[in-house]
Amino acid sequence: MKKEIIIAGFGGQGVLSMGKILAYSGLLQGKEVTWMPSYGPEQRGGTANVTVILSDERISSPILTSYDVAILLNQPSLDKFEPKIKPGGIIILDSNGISRFPERKDIKVYQIDAMEAAQKANSPKTFNMIVLGGLLKIVPVVKLENVMLGLKKTLPERHHKLLPLNEQAIQIGMDIIHEI
Amino acid sequence: MTTQDIIKPENLVYTKTSIMNDRNMHYCPGCSHGVVHKLIGEVIEEMGIKETVIGIAPVGCAVFAYNYLDIDWQEAAHGRAPAIATAISRLLPENCVFTYQGDGDLAAIGTAETIHACNRGENIVIFFINNAIYGMTGGQMAPTTLEGMKTATCPYGRDVKLNGFPLKISDLLAQLDGTCYVTRQSVHTVPAIRKSKKAIRKAFENAMAKKGTSVVEFVSTCNSGWKMTPHQANMWMEENMFKKYPLGDLKDK
Amino acid sequence: MEEIRLMKGNEAIAEAAIRYGCDGYFGYPITPQSEIMETLMELQPWKTTGMVVLQAESEVSAINMVYGGAGCGKSVMTSSSSPGVSLKQEGISYIACAELPCLIVNVMRGGPGLGTIQPSQADYFQAVKGGGHGDYRLIVLAPSSVQEMADFVALGFDLAFKYRTPSMIIADGIIGQMMEKVILPPYRPRRTNDEIRQQCPWATLGKPDNRERNVTTSLALEAEEMERTNLRLQAKYKEICENEVRFEAVNCDDADFVLIAFGSIARVCMSAMEIGRKEGLKIGVLRPITLYPFPTLKIQELAKKAKGILTVELSAGQMVEDVRLAVNGSIPVEFYGRMGGVVPTPEEVLEQLKKQLVK
Repeated sequence: MKKEIIIAGFGGQGVLSMGKILAYSGLLQGKEVTWMPSYGPEQRGGTANVTVILSDERISSPILTSYDVAILLNQPSLDKFEPKIKPGGIIILDSNGISRFPERKDIKVYQIDAMEAAQKANSPKTFNMIVLGGLLKIVPVVKLENVMLGLKKTLPERHHKLLPLNEQAIQIGMDIIHEI
Repeated sequence: MTTQDIIKPENLVYTKTSIMNDRNMHYCPGCSHGVVHKLIGEVIEEMGIKETVIGIAPVGCAVFAYNYLDIDWQEAAHGRAPAIATAISRLLPENCVFTYQGDGDLAAIGTAETIHACNRGENIVIFFINNAIYGMTGGQMAPTTLEGMKTATCPYGRDVKLNGFPLKISDLLAQLDGTCYVTRQSVHTVPAIRKSKKAIRKAFENAMAKKGTSVVEFVSTCNSGWKMTPHQANMWMEENMFKKYPLGDLKDK
Repeated sequence: MEEIRLMKGNEAIAEAAIRYGCDGYFGYPITPQSEIMETLMELQPWKTTGMVVLQAESEVSAINMVYGGAGCGKSVMTSSSSPGVSLKQEGISYIACAELPCLIVNVMRGGPGLGTIQPSQADYFQAVKGGGHGDYRLIVLAPSSVQEMADFVALGFDLAFKYRTPSMIIADGIIGQMMEKVILPPYRPRRTNDEIRQQCPWATLGKPDNRERNVTTSLALEAEEMERTNLRLQAKYKEICENEVRFEAVNCDDADFVLIAFGSIARVCMSAMEIGRKEGLKIGVLRPITLYPFPTLKIQELAKKAKGILTVELSAGQMVEDVRLAVNGSIPVEFYGRMGGVVPTPEEVLEQLKKQLVK
């Protein structure tokens, strides 16, 4: 098993931390993982992306030209990565972040309106966990229990009281994601 | 009285400090370096800190300071002695670390290292020989060269429009919160030598007591570089150098 | 105790340094390696192991702090990225000549000049051929994974102390910024001053009455004396070349074509090899782990069987000169590189191999 995933959106959306939780969960599940961010002067507001590779074997190149799964949270990211999805691959998008839907017919597209759901739940910071929940529903590469364990490891102890909220957000994501 | 009577221990009135070895110094006759070396050696011996002292030699005439004082030494790149002293003092907090630097080393190429070590308040001693000229490289202009003073690279005299002003770096260092003691001394007369020795001792005591950075500037002569006899150089220093670099404590807290 | 973590390469360096029993880190912030000092400052090892961590006023000052600490026999290190490592060269030359052990990390970025903060390997010449003035070499280690970032801290220090010479880890922005699984080594206690006195009799820890004074210096005004220093250094480098060559050879035994690459781009070459092998091309990858000493003998051995070599670098072609020296014209040695922070993909590497060698 090897999954090559790109997560892209605006800085501040929690793109990098979502990738980190995913990578940590993979590690806890005994997989080889790499988490490779686009790094640059961009802080909040700029475009950020991270490549996460989960594999049963040693991972060669951390730099990829094509992906199995793309989570694309803004229009520039959709424009950039739609052509780079492998045939039969998957795009997950939030319709609030984009102005047009993907055009390719040889891939599956899933919609998750996480921004809206996060607003509704009155916890905008859980946005990325809702998206992660959607991903886990469609591509169950890691077990939920390992995600929660990964969260626990990546969150500072003082934030551990937020764990139930995050688990809830993952559940919401699993519920609201749907194919289009 | 025979020679044997004269050299009896009870007749001893002066002896070279055991910290100094018997090696012939490379300094020119009349140079201030030798006197300062001797004073540092005497203070180290009198304070009984020989085993804990580590000296940092500069680039300049004092580059071979490590040949004369019988302690552990590190020889620094030009201007970097305060950075080296910083690390040693942090890694060996029980030891007593000093740098020995000239005006080019401390106040030109090493200005950043000097200011930041002083600003961090490193528990070190900085001995600063200010003779207003680059002795070792053959008498070029130093940051402390006086206005109008002739050197190999300002043969018509230092022109402040071209070269800026003589840098009173000790005044600047006295402004920094990290320094606890900044003083300007000289070694051209016996009373001046006595005062200098007290200043050296105080500086070492400050370092041992972790009070911050101590800077002891020695307004010095370079009779070879100045193209004078040692006596003329002393007179010239009194008349000209002391006006720009007056002796005394700039800071003592 | 060993510990498994998900970490950035830069964080792994910091964590490994503390666990090694490193005595001091001196640095100045520069992208893409600032996480090394940031991690150390957050972990506050001075409260646990006693390790000193200090943000210097400049790269120049930082490397001279390393000189000072190394002269005391302490395990000290600095890290920077390309422009900052250029600033350190004066100090590195002094440290090499004074025969002091230390560890220098260069997380390379694209140059020349201020360049870019994106990954590059264009400091190969600087690291491997000397960098500063005078005839000296560094032991140069090129990690290609976060695990190796952690492992090479100990390896770099151990080799530096074994040969009394500076070691350098050259990584790049990819390995510095990338997170992977790391097995962290157990904690080792820092050496006491008494242990240092025993192991490093040259260290300037203060002069007791029972030995001569110790002086760390790189100065020798007499030509003959300076030549003796140089001969001593050269003899040491020869010994290093004979004993410390490290590399990884994958699928090289039956390879018609060998990709030679180090660091992050070696991983890209591994992927190119995997794709090429599926297409029936017998491709192998040789990854030098020590860039100095260079795996010259291994390359000569491969050149006896292979039809051609493609050297792949994130530069205009630097290591390829050493590969060509090793091969000495016996088979074609071609080059493919991207510059200024651009990283080629496995497909591009494979295409170049086909274009330049398979034809």
